[in-house]
Amino acid sequence: MSALTLSNVTKTFGTTEVITGVDLDVEPGEFCVFVGPSGCGKSTLLRMIAGLEDVTSGDVKIDDRRVNDVAPAKREIAMVFQSYALYPHLTVRDNMGLALKQAGTSRADITAATDKASAMLGLDPLIDRRPSELSGGQRQRVAIGRAIVRRPKLFLFDEPLSNLDAALRVATRIEIARLHRELGATMIYVTHDQVEAMTLADKIVVLRAGRVEQVGPPMELYNDPANTFVAGFIGSPQMNFLKSGPLGLSSAQMGIRPEHLEISTEAGQIAGKISHVEKLGGETLVYVLTEDHGLLTVRLFGEHDYQVDAPVWLTPDAARAFHFDEHGQRLRPGESSAAGRATP
Amino acid sequence: MSARHSLPRSIAAHGILITYTLIALFPVFVIVINSFKSRQAIFREPLALPTRETFDLIGFQTVLAQGDFFQYFQNSMIVTVASLFFVLLFGAMAAFALSEYRFRGNSLMGLYLALGIMIPIRLGTVAILQLMVATGLVNTLTALVLVYTAQGLPLAIFILSEFMRNVSDDLKNAGRIDGLSEYRIFFRLVLPLVRPAMATVAVFTMIPIWNDLWFPLILAPSEPTKTITLGSQVFIGQFVTNWNAVLAALSLAIVPVMVLYLIFSRQLIRGITAGAVK
Repeated sequence: MSALTLSNVTKTFGTTEVITGVDLDVEPGEFCVFVGPSGCGKSTLLRMIAGLEDVTSGDVKIDDRRVNDVAPAKREIAMVFQSYALYPHLTVRDNMGLALKQAGTSRADITAATDKASAMLGLDPLIDRRPSELSGGQRQRVAIGRAIVRRPKLFLFDEPLSNLDAALRVATRIEIARLHRELGATMIYVTHDQVEAMTLADKIVVLRAGRVEQVGPPMELYNDPANTFVAGFIGSPQMNFLKSGPLGLSSAQMGIRPEHLEISTEAGQIAGKISHVEKLGGETLVYVLTEDHGLLTVRLFGEHDYQVDAPVWLTPDAARAFHFDEHGQRLRPGESSAAGRATP
Repeated sequence: MSARHSLPRSIAAHGILITYTLIALFPVFVIVINSFKSRQAIFREPLALPTRETFDLIGFQTVLAQGDFFQYFQNSMIVTVASLFFVLLFGAMAAFALSEYRFRGNSLMGLYLALGIMIPIRLGTVAILQLMVATGLVNTLTALVLVYTAQGLPLAIFILSEFMRNVSDDLKNAGRIDGLSEYRIFFRLVLPLVRPAMATVAVFTMIPIWNDLWFPLILAPSEPTKTITLGSQVFIGQFVTNWNAVLAALSLAIVPVMVLYLIFSRQLIRGITAGAVK
């Protein structure tokens, strides 16, 4: 039994393939995040699950029921949009209750459901206002409330936090995580922000150019990336990629996270020059320009004083390094360096 | 005072706009003042305001005494409002289909419909007349409504489809997920958001219909179906023109179209749906 199953799902617009054979299983109650750069097809995939885009081939199953030809309203899903998409002519209460009204639910049941959702999201003082009288954060809460009221089998979120400012984004992120715990519902969440993906997800699906690059829990993706794309996408600041040649390694590329590079003013493996220093209080980011590897990032905890243009030496922590072949695929210890290994 | 609201700039802008307004309103003004003057006064001093001696309602009396004049008004009103209704309804529906749905021949269809903007419908007058004769619609208001609906549709579709492309997809999709039918999405979500565009189209469609003389003359010249513009022609003779009556009829003809314009312009200004989607 799974809440959502995609089997070999593809999508083509004319002659361009936007989704090329995606397979995925989402367990009931799981929080699954689709993440990837813009244009990778994550939103298209979500819209296909919602039924807003046709599936070119393959199967979409919600709760083990094939829904390829089922209308969006009959799929028992709810969706939260980036632009909120509230009905401008309806009050907050009517916005939340519209889907139930369409489904023929009794007035008393609708009121009970909207009251419960509004209490859950702290919308009670706003219940009779129209969307134009609400702030961005309030509108997004109403949009989430509209989704909750339907008690869907699947919640779909399409970059719901992108239009909010930084502080509100963190607050709403925490709220969504809380709702997920309270409702125990299955959620599919699309974002291009890897921080949102890492903090919310039980399972992350990394997409690139319509293809799944890797699926797994956040820490698995962080600690055991399958290729350079996933390694570079997950984690902030980005992983450093070093050429193996000058380091005398057999692999094509070596990846090392900024916190696993040791910096020294006296001696080390890689010589370079400081090009920029960012002090964030809790941590300091030092950007070092090296001759062989270009610009590398070093992450230090606490405050540190480094002068721009000062010569420094870097030493990667060999035990924390990742090795990749010439196609960007991960080479794990003990495996041969055979190229072209399939992604998991 | 900020740079955008400096005094000389604002005086210059107002000066230009007021000058333009005066130029545009001048002919209307001349018609209206002369309609209140006696025949001699119209010719002696066309630009003078009516005075105690020259004030004369003979024009209006002639027009109103001409028994059918209310009938003409009514005909014009029926034709204009009915055509406007169909242009807006079908125009908006076609625009929605063209902007919302992906189907084979979509852009070709859009181009075909836009062709009507460039090709005047009067070129087809003979064919239209033959068609109306064949269907027995000559001398009916239905004939005029049909022709004007066809005449107004191309521009309406062109303008409205541009506006509908800008209506948030998310909003329409939210409606679909909540189980609204495509008709409810169109009428309840999309139409209110393009209301300013609808008002623009309404104004552009309404005025040529109200003013048209060509099709009423050809398709519906009978006494019970005459429109106001055609009805006014009875005062213009080959040798003698009753200027008082013509000017009075024209002055009266301005009123209904102005009322309609005021109704639509309120919609033009209103931005009630602002803030629906970020």
